[in-house]
Amino acid sequence: MAERFETVDDVSERLRSADYLPNAQISSVVFLADRLEKPVLVEGPAGVGKTELAKALATTTGSRLIRLQCYEGLDEAKALYEWNYKKQLLRIQSDREHDGQGGASWTEIESDIFSEQFLLTRPLLEAIRADEPIVLLIDEVDRVEIETEALLLEVLSDFQVSIPELGTIIGKQRPLVFLTSNNTRELSEALKRRCLYLHVDYPDLDREKEIVRVRVPEIDDALAEQVARVVRSVRQLELKKAPSISETIDWARTLLYLGVETLDAQIVEETLHVLLKYQSDIEKARKELATATADAISS
Amino acid sequence: MPDLRHEDVAAGFRKLFGDNAGSATAAGHARAGMLDVLQGFIHELRAAGLPVSMTENLDAMRAIEHIPMGDRAAFRAALGATLVKHHGHWPAFETVFDVYFSLRSAQWGDIEGEAKLIDPDVLEQMQAADGGAMGDMSREELAELLLQALMSMDAEQLRRLAAEAVTRYAGMEPGRPVGGTYYLYRTLRQLDFDGMLDRMLERAQNEDGAPANDLDERLQRDEMQERLQRLKREVEEEIRRRLVGDRGVDAMARTLRRPLPEDVDFMHASRAEMATLQRSIYPLTRALQARLAQRRKRRHRGSLDFRKTVRASLSYGGVPVEPKFRHPHPSKPEIMVVADISGSVASFARFTLMFVYAMSSQFSKVRSWVFIDGVDEVTRFFDEAGDVQEAVYRVNTEADVVWVDGHSDYGHAFEVFHDRHLNEISPKTSIIILGDARNNYHAAQAWTLKELNKRARHLYWLNPEPRSYWDTGDSILSEYTPHCDGVYECRNLRQLEGFVSDVVVNR
Repeated sequence: MAERFETVDDVSERLRSADYLPNAQISSVVFLADRLEKPVLVEGPAGVGKTELAKALATTTGSRLIRLQCYEGLDEAKALYEWNYKKQLLRIQSDREHDGQGGASWTEIESDIFSEQFLLTRPLLEAIRADEPIVLLIDEVDRVEIETEALLLEVLSDFQVSIPELGTIIGKQRPLVFLTSNNTRELSEALKRRCLYLHVDYPDLDREKEIVRVRVPEIDDALAEQVARVVRSVRQLELKKAPSISETIDWARTLLYLGVETLDAQIVEETLHVLLKYQSDIEKARKELATATADAISS
Repeated sequence: MPDLRHEDVAAGFRKLFGDNAGSATAAGHARAGMLDVLQGFIHELRAAGLPVSMTENLDAMRAIEHIPMGDRAAFRAALGATLVKHHGHWPAFETVFDVYFSLRSAQWGDIEGEAKLIDPDVLEQMQAADGGAMGDMSREELAELLLQALMSMDAEQLRRLAAEAVTRYAGMEPGRPVGGTYYLYRTLRQLDFDGMLDRMLERAQNEDGAPANDLDERLQRDEMQERLQRLKREVEEEIRRRLVGDRGVDAMARTLRRPLPEDVDFMHASRAEMATLQRSIYPLTRALQARLAQRRKRRHRGSLDFRKTVRASLSYGGVPVEPKFRHPHPSKPEIMVVADISGSVASFARFTLMFVYAMSSQFSKVRSWVFIDGVDEVTRFFDEAGDVQEAVYRVNTEADVVWVDGHSDYGHAFEVFHDRHLNEISPKTSIIILGDARNNYHAAQAWTLKELNKRARHLYWLNPEPRSYWDTGDSILSEYTPHCDGVYECRNLRQLEGFVSDVVVNR
């Protein structure tokens, strides 16, 4: 089938046009995912744009985004497909009522009630049966139990679903598949083997500044630079939860609403709670940022 | 994985990819050479402890087919994405990658521009500026150029100057059996690396005026730090590149092999390794807690929840097809940690304390004591500080743990602990003792543990020494063992994590 991207640079450019600023690593892996037709497992701290990547790709390739949000207790019936029991019951009942002689034989009914029209498709099956281009996002896959992971394997490696009553349904096209994980548990080897692996980390200074500028277009260059620098310094502290990109953006917006033009220690102190969510972290950052001559970071 | 020699695998793959690799074009040869190198590379990754399966190996080969040979970043990303499936393994991958592909590149065509010598234009400029080629520069001129490059963050110039500095100061001799760090520190010392930050800050002040406020000053300092780290990395890479040239790829890769973070031995961890471990505490404990909560929910079924069952039965016409159960609320254990913080095991004790406190939401109560030959309760530091790191710092400086001479005396410490706190131990308490049981030939007083264990729910002992060292020299672990519910070897993060999740929380 036709490839979605020409080169690695093409990936970067088109993601940029969707307001997502990738680094070289991200673009390369997306490019490979397209060429090798393999799913991508995206890991990294919360709020660095893992989900956003899939959304941006859907936008830029003009695909429909199908999203499967994983949670504890997710099962086949909610991820793949389910038989519509109620409709099946109605079908059997109506048969009995309309025809007192017991018209349709059991085999007829059986083949009837296990047909397409009694099938409820769930995200994975929907992605397989779709005709238009698809980006499939399986979000927070580390939340499902390890046994449930197995349910994804067939879809991920062969892009097909076996339904005992209907046979195997094979995908018409290969969508781009993204799995995200916050790494709350180790995923199984079998799952990892089937995927390309991409670790997204906090961005470096320049990229973060650029992200702020793209996401908060009204901000001026100098302030964006300052914001990125403060965030970098804050991330170097040992915190319970380092600020994510989304929190950086929130902070930049806050500053904008407050009409701040240049940052100073006081403003940072007053707005730190946008960036950090633990009281102990806020206090630590406040203390650290107030003293300019902090201990040098151990080299 | 059968232990195939990697040459065999490479030959096999060349057959598989024969059309491409066998063609007589230059590119074809390059590909064939690349396959050989790639197999060596993967072999080395496995030797470094990364689990690379055959499928992943094949994926890597397919991946590089799609990547233009000149794009080094994409090449690295392609190998990384197919071969490394765990973020903790990334540093190991990067090291091996550098060794295999930073020097070898010349063999299959000029992949890197950076292998080129100094760009003539730049050289000319520099000659014009300094009145001589790099080799003739004085020490001061080199330092000045370096400072300029750092101030303007000229990456190319920085790399060239780093290379020049290595040539001059590292004093590298072929075949000399010293590690890369030796050369690194030699070079950095000659460059006065430690004084560089101050000079950079001074320079910045002269150029832009003093920073407006403390915050600006702090930010500037962080920025300069970052640049210096960059310089250090450049120097390190340059040294590594030359060492590879001298010793060959395989030998170099072997000397650079480092244990993966979860396998770093607590007792022999370097400062940098310990810092990495400490940074991983919060993410790790968060993950562990999520996992434990999940497991606990699923493990025991509670009694039948009648209301929910009836509700569920409605979708099956009133037939209770799907019984629903209550989730029981498990009792959380109360933890008492008693840690030896004498010299050799101090870093282990500190780390474990941090770990336990980071997990404290899993326990109803955590109390801790530290001892050498005297014992002191340190719970107050953790309660007051709110920040585990700070608390551990205060434990080190303020706790009163010396009784006579400051040599470990387990017997006396346990006796005091027993006398003071026996009454506070309840059947919900789990006691964890941290230490190597090296008692300096004092009396063991093992009966104290027996008494403690009688009252407590469990008593565990974690020993940071390898099992084979137990009961050698003045270690008297076996005298205490009969009175413990379990004695565990706990040398690295993997073992500690296993202990907490399998033993403490689950029983």
